[in-house]
Amino acid sequence: MLASIGQFLLILSLTTAVVLMLLPMIGYYKNNDSLMRTGRPLAYLLFVLVFSTFAILVSLFVLQDFSVTYVWQHSSLALPLRYRITATWGAHEGSVLMWITVQALWIAAVARYSRSLSLSQISRVLSVLGIIATGFIAFVLFASNPFEITNPAPLDGRDLNPLLQDFGMIIHPPLLYFGYVGMSVAFSLAVAALIGGQIDEKWIRWSRRWTNLAWAFLTIGIILGSWWAYYELGWGGWWFWDPVENASFLPWLAGTALIHVQAVSERKNAFRGWTVLLAIIAFSLCVLGTFLVRSGSITSVHSFAADPFRGIFILVLLAIYAGGALTLYALRVNQLKSKDAINLESKETMLLGNSLVFITATFTILLGTLFPMIFEAMGKKISVGSPYFGLMFFLIMIPMAVLLPLGAQMKWHKDKMSSAVKALLPHFFIAGLLTVLAYFAFDGLNLRATAGVFGGFWIASTSIMQIIKFPGKPNAGFIGMSVAHLGVAVFLFGMSMTEHKDVEKDLLLKPGQTTQVAGYDFTFNGVTSIQIENYRAQQGSILVSQDGQPLVELHPQKRHYPKQQQPMTEADIYPGFTKDIYVSLGEQINDKGDWAVRIYIKPFIRWMWFGGLMMMAGALIALFNKRNKRLEQQQVDQVMKERLKLS
Amino acid sequence: MKKVFIALVPLSVFIGLIVLLYVNLNNHSEVLPSPLIGKKIPQFEHPTLYSNQVLNQDDFIGQPWMLNVFGSWCPSCQFEHPLVTALANSGKIKVVGLNWKDEPEDAIKWLKRWGNPYHEILVDYQGDTAINLGVYGAPETFLIDAQGTIVYKIAGVLTEKNIQQELMPLIEQMNQGATNP
Repeated sequence: MLASIGQFLLILSLTTAVVLMLLPMIGYYKNNDSLMRTGRPLAYLLFVLVFSTFAILVSLFVLQDFSVTYVWQHSSLALPLRYRITATWGAHEGSVLMWITVQALWIAAVARYSRSLSLSQISRVLSVLGIIATGFIAFVLFASNPFEITNPAPLDGRDLNPLLQDFGMIIHPPLLYFGYVGMSVAFSLAVAALIGGQIDEKWIRWSRRWTNLAWAFLTIGIILGSWWAYYELGWGGWWFWDPVENASFLPWLAGTALIHVQAVSERKNAFRGWTVLLAIIAFSLCVLGTFLVRSGSITSVHSFAADPFRGIFILVLLAIYAGGALTLYALRVNQLKSKDAINLESKETMLLGNSLVFITATFTILLGTLFPMIFEAMGKKISVGSPYFGLMFFLIMIPMAVLLPLGAQMKWHKDKMSSAVKALLPHFFIAGLLTVLAYFAFDGLNLRATAGVFGGFWIASTSIMQIIKFPGKPNAGFIGMSVAHLGVAVFLFGMSMTEHKDVEKDLLLKPGQTTQVAGYDFTFNGVTSIQIENYRAQQGSILVSQDGQPLVELHPQKRHYPKQQQPMTEADIYPGFTKDIYVSLGEQINDKGDWAVRIYIKPFIRWMWFGGLMMMAGALIALFNKRNKRLEQQQVDQVMKERLKLS
Repeated sequence: MKKVFIALVPLSVFIGLIVLLYVNLNNHSEVLPSPLIGKKIPQFEHPTLYSNQVLNQDDFIGQPWMLNVFGSWCPSCQFEHPLVTALANSGKIKVVGLNWKDEPEDAIKWLKRWGNPYHEILVDYQGDTAINLGVYGAPETFLIDAQGTIVYKIAGVLTEKNIQQELMPLIEQMNQGATNP
């Protein structure tokens, strides 16, 4: 019953999205105000409908309605309530439904917070968002319907994949989706601008804030994914260059290029075409990522069941969205003339350089991700792994790290490269000195780690100098930028230390045995069996002590979920400011209770995620820029004046 | 002219990408529902539930059979039990149970209560064969022909629909193949 209502609401949502796609755009072409005005109410209606559909799927999980195929496949009577709720987006159908729910939320937000756009602008933007919504709602309805019924209903379900029965998994996908979908706002603005054949500063300023917000969500989504992989997969890794991780990283890289170029194009009539193109690329990569995950074209721990029909469907959507936008781009971009001249020695040039670095990184990683496919198309099989990605990314990030302080230092419009270099030079030596100190403090570092640590110090030192020397009261834009850049420094330091100074030991331990790793004593006190909620666990007990003083007792688990033949390794971690102590259980070796145990020491690993959080915070702080607020208020006044004159 | 050409570059790259993805997708669309279909059933050696006799895969060669993975701990197995019973009683196919990760006493109690339709019950106490068969969760059902090749697999409960539409045609076909080779 409830499922039929869900199905019905889904059909209504699709209809509403189609109307949203058509009416405001027809209004724009016919210059009909009342048609254009339908955009906002339709956006709100769409949100209400899609959100209710989603709420119904959640209720079906909470109520354990096993007549719904999707529910019995991913839940069971024994599954605790919190995971029944999150199971809603634990597999393909529900997660696409969540995708469109998040999108409907963004569309409603765009409708609400767009008073500075003229009616003709907002109607085009909403209509383009309606096109995207239509495609994805149709995808849910025709290719991944979560409301399909199994008759007769099974008495119990198959349980949720144990990997997903975890807190990180509850919030990682929604946040990442907020980021993915958020990029559609910049995209729709770019397409709307191409349709109209013009774009101005005010418009870019408006879109920049949405891009910042989307980028912040992408950042936190990626961090959470990395953190989850670290503690849940039991190998202590934090990034695997897995195709699906890449799929989330690609829009992030392109988005990074975009927010930096927007900083220029909102101030000057410059790089307009490039801004539009980057917006198109960023969102297209989000859709491409969705395709890669859903189609089964690539093999990955994240891939859901392969289904060629779904693959074709998303491929068609991608072809329509990105293909359509790029065709418009080819036809219209030369109308978006960038009139202002750019001085070679200026912040503008540096920001353009930044976007080139990031877009190079984007395409290098995209190529690495697709390379196995290209080879397969030629009948060969290869796999591209982290050595390729790690090295390429390292090489591309060198110019990024070197140029970042220079870009932040240079003034707008016109500056002297030599004076910027002069201001920064002392910090080059400070960073060098600190790196030498770090080199000896940590008993030597290899080449990459040295470079990374130096990059961290270099960016941190110059950013702090720029904050101190900032003339007058710093604005939110500057503070946001500085926080984000310091985040880059913290990240670089943490990543270099973790990657190159970690200690990994795979040991065979007898009950009662004590072993020493990196100055800590680990006493293995055996393994006991316990029953918790919907799983059985073998729980080890390991006492960590330092210099005879007990520090902490860790309890790594090996979990067995009876419904799913997948043993789960649950690591236990003693987190710390300068290092994590990470213990996980391997296999039982014999009847005497001997176990293989992994003991990892991960120095400064938290710094990496903390650096990411700072980048996200920076993007959020920049939203509160007073200058933007003032300019936007002027724009709102302008729009209102025009509207009054009309009526 | 040059400007128009540059403006076309992103579109051209994108078209190349779409073609690549499309070709790749088609390469993958032949993937079978289970990689085991068309392959020989993995080797096994299990005691049967009611005797200490040990059977292996070769003991089943000579006639088509159906392997039904079940456990007394699995409510869905109880749900499909009447259908398994009906299939076994129809005499169209030999039905073998794979008692998966179950305590034998529990299984015997369960079969006493709900009836034992199986012609043979293999005890997979450790779950080794289930792993080799790629069993994802109970119940699962495999159709195996007279030569020991896996013909079909149903993950999840048997229903009237999937028995009528998916299993029966294959069973009829196998039975014909067995009588007139």
